[in-house]
Amino acid sequence: MIEVNALTKRYGGTTAVDNLSFTVRPGQVTGFLGPNGAGKSTTLRMILGLDAPSGGTATVGGVPFRSHPRGLRHVGALLDAHQVHGGRSAVAHLSALARSNGITRRRVDEVLQEVGLSEVARRRIGGFSLGMKQRLGIATALLGDPPVLMFDEPINGMDPEGVLWVRNLFRRLAAEGRTVFLSSHLMTEMENTADQLVVIGRGRLIAAESLRSFAARSTRLSVLVSTPQAAELTAVLTAAGANVEPEGSAGSEKLAVTGLPAERIGVLALDNRIVLHELTTRTASLEEAFMELTAASVEYLAGQAR
Amino acid sequence: MSTYAAVTPPAPVVEPPARFRDLLGAEWIKMWSLRSTGWMLALAALFALGTAALAALGDYHNFPRYPPQVQREHMFALGDAFPLEGYLTLMLVAASVGAITMVSEYGSGLIRTTTVAVPARGSVLLAKAVVVTAVWTVAGAFIATGTFVVSQSILDLRDAAVSVTDPSVFRALVASALLAPICALIGLGFGVLIRHAAATVITSIFVLLMLPLFFASDSRWSATLDQAMLLTAWQRLTVDWVPTGPDVRIATITESWIVYAVWPLVATLVALVVVRRRDV
Repeated sequence: MIEVNALTKRYGGTTAVDNLSFTVRPGQVTGFLGPNGAGKSTTLRMILGLDAPSGGTATVGGVPFRSHPRGLRHVGALLDAHQVHGGRSAVAHLSALARSNGITRRRVDEVLQEVGLSEVARRRIGGFSLGMKQRLGIATALLGDPPVLMFDEPINGMDPEGVLWVRNLFRRLAAEGRTVFLSSHLMTEMENTADQLVVIGRGRLIAAESLRSFAARSTRLSVLVSTPQAAELTAVLTAAGANVEPEGSAGSEKLAVTGLPAERIGVLALDNRIVLHELTTRTASLEEAFMELTAASVEYLAGQAR
Repeated sequence: MSTYAAVTPPAPVVEPPARFRDLLGAEWIKMWSLRSTGWMLALAALFALGTAALAALGDYHNFPRYPPQVQREHMFALGDAFPLEGYLTLMLVAASVGAITMVSEYGSGLIRTTTVAVPARGSVLLAKAVVVTAVWTVAGAFIATGTFVVSQSILDLRDAAVSVTDPSVFRALVASALLAPICALIGLGFGVLIRHAAATVITSIFVLLMLPLFFASDSRWSATLDQAMLLTAWQRLTVDWVPTGPDVRIATITESWIVYAVWPLVATLVALVVVRRRDV
């Protein structure tokens, strides 16, 4: 369990994190979303006791993380895959970290196996691709078999196989009763992985709720229409008061229609003898909900005296 | 906040007691898993031994032309054992390697990985200081013994060697052996304060090697500052003869040992305070 209460971080005149409060519960994957510069990484650093907050508190399992003399058995974290020394081998890097926490050498081999780096364990990290470094960072987080795991943008640089693997890993860790806190600006990734969301913008909390209710917040419901007579249908629908935007590539063009329900579009098409290949009601994607809500937050903040 | 169906509460964390020995083990692995460590030590040793051999060979060849008094007293022998060129280089390498132990972690961001693994920042720094001191004390002792043995073996052919049983020779040997670990600790301290690799190495070298050149022993304040320099203290501890006179201000042996103790102690203490306060 991670509890953040009125957390604030100021750098000179800028407020990176502003009175932020949320709770991350065990047994679920919680996504931490926000545009670039929203304060996600700063928040993670404060939770991990790396940066001291200007105000408020952050606790992990009820106590400030910094109060533990050794950390790996309490929290596993991947903040930035580049935070390693390129001159060391993967096995040396992990062995030093394991040793500092009294973790056996056998566990190092286990986590290397788990993330699929056993083959390259003795190679210098400097020659690793970003995806391999991400795997090494995940291995580091798993070393202490901790109840709380935090990952900052873990998918960056991973190949599709890696993304699938990591997604299943997060789900499994959560199913084991662990707290999994996952920061990302890749909305689609959250859609596939997270149960809960904490969304921030400009250092402020925008939403802390389930993925489902967050997506439902979006006011935009659109209908996707596929037709060989796109131009004619566009004219008809626009005349009926709808907003039509073309989608897809030439040859398989689709229209995203807002302002008219699917049944009305079907009737209009029939009346005008237009062939439809597809007619789908689309609930707002997480991405759309996110854009809408963060945009609102930005406007709101811009109007405020800072 | 809504409530959720109860999940199995995570089992309480079971962990062994936090032992400082484990941090030493971790820092030991870190130090020796970098190929540069061995190279730097070997190069510093070879260079120091080389300069001692060259200095001794120079005196060996010139010996027949020296005046009888110089031949009898052979005061150059101690200087050949611990030549300035070799030991300046050793200071430079030790300070840089000490600094790199710290700044390589800041530069790569590894320090954050380290600090998440061990939130007790002061303990990590102390472990680094202990490992750096241990490695450089062994290296320093090896190098000082080596430069002494190499130079005196050559001078012995002219019957101009000094003996380690002579107290001032033994003092010079100890002072030369301790020079490297002290410089490494000062470098480590600057590393914590400055964090930036190039700036740290430049500062360490400036303070240890350049600053002493700015002071003279002719005015009171300048002489006092000069005596507080590590290089000056080493030079004082490695000679068995000093000029005397009303205008000459030279530190005593005791004062020079105090300078030896104060530099690394202050560097480590300041670093310990700073590392706890600043964001990582």
